[in-house]
Amino acid sequence: MKALLLRDLRLAIRAGGGFGLSLAFFLIVVVLVPFGVGPESDILSRIGPGILWVAALLATLLSLDRQFALDHEDGALPLIATSPLPLEAVALAKALAHWLTTGLPLTLAAAPLGVLLNLDPAAYPWIVLTLGLGTPALSVIGTFGAALTVGIRRGGLLLSLLVLPLYVPTLIFGAEAARRGAQGLEVATPLLMLAGITAGSLALLPFAAGGVLRINLR
Amino acid sequence: MSIWEYANPKKFIATTTPVIPWAFGGAMLCLLVGLVWGFFLTPQADRFGSTVKIIYVHVPSAMMAINAWAMMLVASLIWLIRRHHVSALAAKAAAPVGMTMTLIALFTGAVWGQPMWGTWWAWDPRLTSFLILFLFYLGYIALWEAIPDPDQAADLTSVLCLVGSVFAILSRYAVLFWNQGLHQGATLSLDAKENISDVYWFPLLVCLAGFILLFVALVLMRTGTEIRVRRLRALERQAQRALA
Repeated sequence: MKALLLRDLRLAIRAGGGFGLSLAFFLIVVVLVPFGVGPESDILSRIGPGILWVAALLATLLSLDRQFALDHEDGALPLIATSPLPLEAVALAKALAHWLTTGLPLTLAAAPLGVLLNLDPAAYPWIVLTLGLGTPALSVIGTFGAALTVGIRRGGLLLSLLVLPLYVPTLIFGAEAARRGAQGLEVATPLLMLAGITAGSLALLPFAAGGVLRINLR
Repeated sequence: MSIWEYANPKKFIATTTPVIPWAFGGAMLCLLVGLVWGFFLTPQADRFGSTVKIIYVHVPSAMMAINAWAMMLVASLIWLIRRHHVSALAAKAAAPVGMTMTLIALFTGAVWGQPMWGTWWAWDPRLTSFLILFLFYLGYIALWEAIPDPDQAADLTSVLCLVGSVFAILSRYAVLFWNQGLHQGATLSLDAKENISDVYWFPLLVCLAGFILLFVALVLMRTGTEIRVRRLRALERQAQRALA
């Protein structure tokens, strides 16, 4: 499992694409928003947390279809499946690698990008905290979606259609916690729900993803 | 004699074919009676005027939209556990019907919302959850269409249905937390103190029965079609093999 994780990390960093691309995409979306809604700083600071969350969500989506599809194309996936590692663990390792190369950099990049959105100083820790809590859930849910569509040619669009509705609860609780934290309101409930979603997806979805992979490799 | 005997496609078709015209006729009768009764023979409500009458379409379609998903969930579970093909095909057949019901509920809700709330759409919890349900239906149907192998498609869509149900329920409570609603609470519960008045309740009941029968008839018909398509494909393959 460690070997697979390290291999995926190395591939993501050296082969180009996933790692820098989603960060760049994140930056571009955040830069585009002021062009769309106008440069008034009070509007921007009010919608800032939500923008960062939606942009992070879209950026995670971007690198999902490479997760299993590349291995499927070059024939590595059946090899991985025949290794003693159960497919559930494979899915978890893949999700972890995806998070380390996408979710974690996005979380760290969110704070400097907040400057562009004229974010309230009180909002920065909350943005980083909620993204750090929520992006693992996004990665695991996305891994399930990627496993679901691995056998389909040009499955990228279908993948977004399947995964985006599944992202709704995470987005709601994450953005809500960030918004409330920024305004100094009570945040315990959305924060706990967000953590619960992440913990629940981490615990259960690798099994669903593993089962789906087994069906797809039949 | 057990219910699983109907998992045999031949037996299923033989049993359901005579049922379909009855279900369909019953649905038409109920809808005709319910809608005419509801639209022309009930008084106008105090505050709502004639707009109250849209509930005869709105409420039954919304209920069927949710129940269709529940039926797909049960059918998917039966497929995953017992691997009866009829069950998987029934889930496939119910999805477009459920999606249409969701769309009808959203549309009639918007038509009602415009004069009553002054807006076609509000990010109200109920409205939002229905929109999300609609997206789930879309994804489910798209996944069925995308996979050529029928057994693989049935497996994958069943898992999607299970996972999707969990997330749909999560979304329901998430949007409830996210925004306060304009939509009224439940007025049809059997145990609530303040319920809808009997004048509207009885025609609504008839319409509900009509929508349920309509759903049953449509799903049985579509399942039968799917079974026949499957059989036709098998026959074609046999013929090709005989030629070769």
